[in-house]
Amino acid sequence: MHIAEGFLPAAHAIGWTVAAAPFVAHGARAVVREVRENPESTLLLGAAGAFTFVLSAIKLPSVTGSSSHPTGTGPGAILFRPPVMALLGTVVLLFQALLLAHGGLTTLGANAFAFAVVGPWAGYAAYRLVRAAGAGLLPAVFAGVALADLATYGTTSLQLALAFPDASTGLAGALVKFLGVFALTQVPLAIGEGLLGVLLFRVLTVNARPELERLGILRPEPAATPGGAA
Amino acid sequence: MSRRTLVTGLLVLAVIALFAVPLLVDGGTSEYGGTDAAVTEQLEADGYTPWFDSLFSPAGEVESGLFALQAALGAGVLGYVLGRLHGRRRAAASAPGRDPR
Repeated sequence: MHIAEGFLPAAHAIGWTVAAAPFVAHGARAVVREVRENPESTLLLGAAGAFTFVLSAIKLPSVTGSSSHPTGTGPGAILFRPPVMALLGTVVLLFQALLLAHGGLTTLGANAFAFAVVGPWAGYAAYRLVRAAGAGLLPAVFAGVALADLATYGTTSLQLALAFPDASTGLAGALVKFLGVFALTQVPLAIGEGLLGVLLFRVLTVNARPELERLGILRPEPAATPGGAA
Repeated sequence: MSRRTLVTGLLVLAVIALFAVPLLVDGGTSEYGGTDAAVTEQLEADGYTPWFDSLFSPAGEVESGLFALQAALGAGVLGYVLGRLHGRRRAAASAPGRDPR
């Protein structure tokens, strides 16, 4: 999903930067508020950031014969709501743009919009919808984490199609072309990422129960189970 | 083996299989080029020239190392947090007056 440095026309680069900036600024405020008001959240916040740091560094093979990387933005969006990931995701992208020549500064806005804004919001929406439909935590986590991944790549395809519409088939043709590169390859990765999210939340539901209850992810257990958890 | 351990094991196996199977099935014929690079190659073939270059571009081997560093930092922090949370629960479980033995 990284649009390479210099690969978006200047007007698009500026437009996406302007579009992403308020989300990132709002996200920075959300992170500061979370840490100040709930210092006990810092550990989980670190876990959310670390999850996206690991997953976005690893290129994985897919059935299409090409490789791509997951995004890892879903768990943080589910735990702390999407604004927090707008900042954490952008930090990851900045690291990769500056040190790895992966993505870029001119395309940081567009990449942040796909990776740190649309992905987390789409994942969070999927998580809420599945839970509202009556499903348990883990199926909703799977849906949310997988969709955050797919939505990011869909957004990147749309951004590229807007910048480079096809000469004969226009925007729609270009969108199909770029989705052809990204979407199918991404499906098994999104499934794998969803399963990793489930593994993470299985650990958290046991070891971070107080935090998950405070964040409204788990309902408080009835007090009448003394020591029954073990 | 508890049911919980079994489910965890199966989930881990599923993740590994998901990425190992494509490698085994095609018998080493695919290049596994990155999708990001595929797009830039396509655009350059269509005549687009990037108008800005990365400020710092590590050489191939150094780049792999830096990607590994990114993954290591993330995995390290994640492991630290999960380890602390686990230890905290263990400590809380044995704390309230009862002798764990």
